[in-house]
Amino acid sequence: MSQFMETFDRLRDEKRYAEVIAAVPYARLMGVEFGEGDDGELLFSLPFYERNVGNTTLPALHGGLIGGFLENAALLHLMWGRESQEAPKIVDFSLDYLRSGRAQTLYARCEITKQGKRVAHVLIEAWQEDRKKPVAVARAHFLLSAGS
Amino acid sequence: MSHADAANPEVLTAMGELFVSLPHCRTLGFEYLGTVGRKPTLRVQWREDLVGNPATGVVHGGVITSIVDTTSAVSVAANMQDYETIATLDLRIDYLKAATPGKAIYCTAECYRMASQIAFTRAVCYHDSPDDPIAHGVATFMRGSNPKPMLQVEDKP
Repeated sequence: MSQFMETFDRLRDEKRYAEVIAAVPYARLMGVEFGEGDDGELLFSLPFYERNVGNTTLPALHGGLIGGFLENAALLHLMWGRESQEAPKIVDFSLDYLRSGRAQTLYARCEITKQGKRVAHVLIEAWQEDRKKPVAVARAHFLLSAGS
Repeated sequence: MSHADAANPEVLTAMGELFVSLPHCRTLGFEYLGTVGRKPTLRVQWREDLVGNPATGVVHGGVITSIVDTTSAVSVAANMQDYETIATLDLRIDYLKAATPGKAIYCTAECYRMASQIAFTRAVCYHDSPDDPIAHGVATFMRGSNPKPMLQVEDKP
């Protein structure tokens, strides 16, 4: 078990959300935050930062940044519910952009659709002011066990 | 590098510059290396703050998503007759193998169908050769997505 996974397990058990983000360099660079929502499920949020912009005239968040935020949310959501020796590996990621991401906080929620022995399937949804108006929806497959 | 093969060399030059100068692309340190035919290539150097898995030092998948999105957008610009605003409609990335920590990642994209309203693209990410890819991405872009131009042409010299 890597030192990172040992650290991750401890931070998770103690619900030290900010320190989990601090341990993942790119998540920290994006400015991701997360915690438990009212229903006890994980809620990810990304406050607006100028460095995340992809269209300066609208302005709108960069599409790749939205992808990175959702992919990171799926990974952490999956790791949150697992006892594992290693981090899951992303296999593929598919993202539909429904609205442009405005200069506001972006939220994301994940749902593990299937968790098998080797592969997990996760759905991710992102929105801003109104959950009924999603900015993007995505799905990802993760490999759970190390193979050759 | 020449843009002579672009549908409109001036549009490709201006849009290529614009896409890599967007705040998030600057944050990630994207470099536009040029376009061969109508296939542009971008590079991102490995950096500690782009890592997704601190145990291995492998770059975060989100960085791959961003470079695929950006390079694919430039490939659409290589096929534009005139300035237009585009927006990514969907994007799929296949992670073929882990990126090697410490090595720069290159992305080359191609717009293989420019329809009247939609542009279809594919891209590969690699270290040394596109024949040995790290990731493969396909995307579609909405053309004329916003009446507000992404590029204020009159601001250009």
